[in-house]
Amino acid sequence: MQKALKRYFALFALPGLICFCLAFFIPMIMGIILSFCKFSNLTNAKFVGLSNYAKMFVDGNFGHAFGFTVLFTIVSMLTINVIAFALALLLTRGVKGTNVFRTIFFMPNLIGGIVLGWIWQVILNGILMKSGVTLVSDAKYGFWGLVILMNWQNVGYMMVIYIAGIQNISSDLIEAAQIDGAGKWVMLRHVIIPSVMPSITICTFLTLTNGFKLFDQNLALTAGDPGKKSEMLALNIYNTFYGRNGFEGVGQAKAVLFTVIVAVIALTQLRITRNREVES
Amino acid sequence: MKGTKRSSRIALFVVLTILAVLFLSPIVIVFMNSFKSKLYISSEPFVLPNADTFTGSENYVSGIQKTRFFRAFGYSVFITVFSVLGIAVVTSMLAWYVTRVKSKFTSFIYYLLVFSMIVPFQMVMFSMSKMANMLHLDNPVGIIVLYIGFGCGMSSFMFSGFIKSIPLALEEAAMIDGAGPVRTFFQVVFPMLKPTAITVSILNAMWVWNDYLLPYLTIGNDYKTIPVAIQYLRGGYGSVDMGAMMAMLVLAMIPIIAFYFSAQRFIIKGVAAGAVKG
Repeated sequence: MQKALKRYFALFALPGLICFCLAFFIPMIMGIILSFCKFSNLTNAKFVGLSNYAKMFVDGNFGHAFGFTVLFTIVSMLTINVIAFALALLLTRGVKGTNVFRTIFFMPNLIGGIVLGWIWQVILNGILMKSGVTLVSDAKYGFWGLVILMNWQNVGYMMVIYIAGIQNISSDLIEAAQIDGAGKWVMLRHVIIPSVMPSITICTFLTLTNGFKLFDQNLALTAGDPGKKSEMLALNIYNTFYGRNGFEGVGQAKAVLFTVIVAVIALTQLRITRNREVES
Repeated sequence: MKGTKRSSRIALFVVLTILAVLFLSPIVIVFMNSFKSKLYISSEPFVLPNADTFTGSENYVSGIQKTRFFRAFGYSVFITVFSVLGIAVVTSMLAWYVTRVKSKFTSFIYYLLVFSMIVPFQMVMFSMSKMANMLHLDNPVGIIVLYIGFGCGMSSFMFSGFIKSIPLALEEAAMIDGAGPVRTFFQVVFPMLKPTAITVSILNAMWVWNDYLLPYLTIGNDYKTIPVAIQYLRGGYGSVDMGAMMAMLVLAMIPIIAFYFSAQRFIIKGVAAGAVKG
């Protein structure tokens, strides 16, 4: 069968591979090369060695965006997962209307980042106005605004994954623990949490990478204001590319570093939580 | 004992109801404000429209004119539908080939596809949009090619995960009976892939419909999709017409919410299934 299928490479694999090369593979290779060049379009690139990488941190904004992004990712990952897990526990107890609640909690996830950003801009500005400030008065408002927005958007999604995990725990295991006299806390710590470790892996992975790569919500909520102090990494890279003439190479160098960081975080996180799964 | 159990159930129900109301309130607030004059939206966003502030459909009319909303809606529907169909067909075929033909080349492709899932868009943003421009992919048809290329990673990963669980004997039996790879795929393999195809389609539809940066950079000048049209209301300088903005946010959410309520079971199941495989 392998042989028969191999002859059909052009029909089965080629269309997908052409699209993949055009959209991702060739641009990525070009991106790596361009990060060592000075350019303003694809035909006038000139090799400049490592100077783009040296210029990345010069204006200080990139370092600030990095710190802001790391802090945001950690805070939103923790809050989203704790709230989502708590909701999943509440919704697996057979309360009346469970399906309706699940439907409502999941709904914000379908709304796109740009729309979300504007919705929360109005609401948060309305609340902050009572104390005489706006979202862009201080970066801390933008920070917590983004945290609230991301919780609203992602809690339902992660909750659905946790519910699936909790429902997969065998009832034998729970009954056995109950017969052994396990209280609620012991049950949670030694039965439920170890059993849903695969869901925790997925949810932390998704919230980490989503948080780190966040762009649309950041753009629509504060656009980095005041003075780039609520700018995250993705938006900083975008502004370096398109906001300053002659800095395209620096933007590309930042993008390469960004990719390396995301890849390292994703792989380390997967390794750590996967190891826990094996132990439990 | 029974009494406490019942009262704790009621308490739980009340807590969940309060949370549900909190979850829905942002949508209700936007809806409420879409009928208020733009001057009152930022000053009193939590008050219902009254005789002074009510403007009827004024915000909707001006918003639709400013964003050319129905045009944007058309582009969004066209691009989403054909990208999702394209991704489902093209990547299921690719995934079958990569999973069934065992060679160094196919396993290299497989790892490259998996890797593409974690690479941030900013990495390829500049070179991809310039290349799309040079190759004349900067129109609503060309952008579908780009979406298939970007969707490839996650989608073929999920298809491949399912294909690995299908016994090879089924396909071999079809081949022995004289079916070529094309018939084997479309009559034996693809029907079995249906649940995965639904999951893949839902996840991709959510992504393509809401995507901002890719359509903005490639086709944003001539063909604005809904997210691009909404962000465009912000303009270069000066203040935003919040009235038109609220109305457009409502119009942008209506199709999503309608889609959600008509396919709610599939969507929630799809997300749970997608997570297990991912």
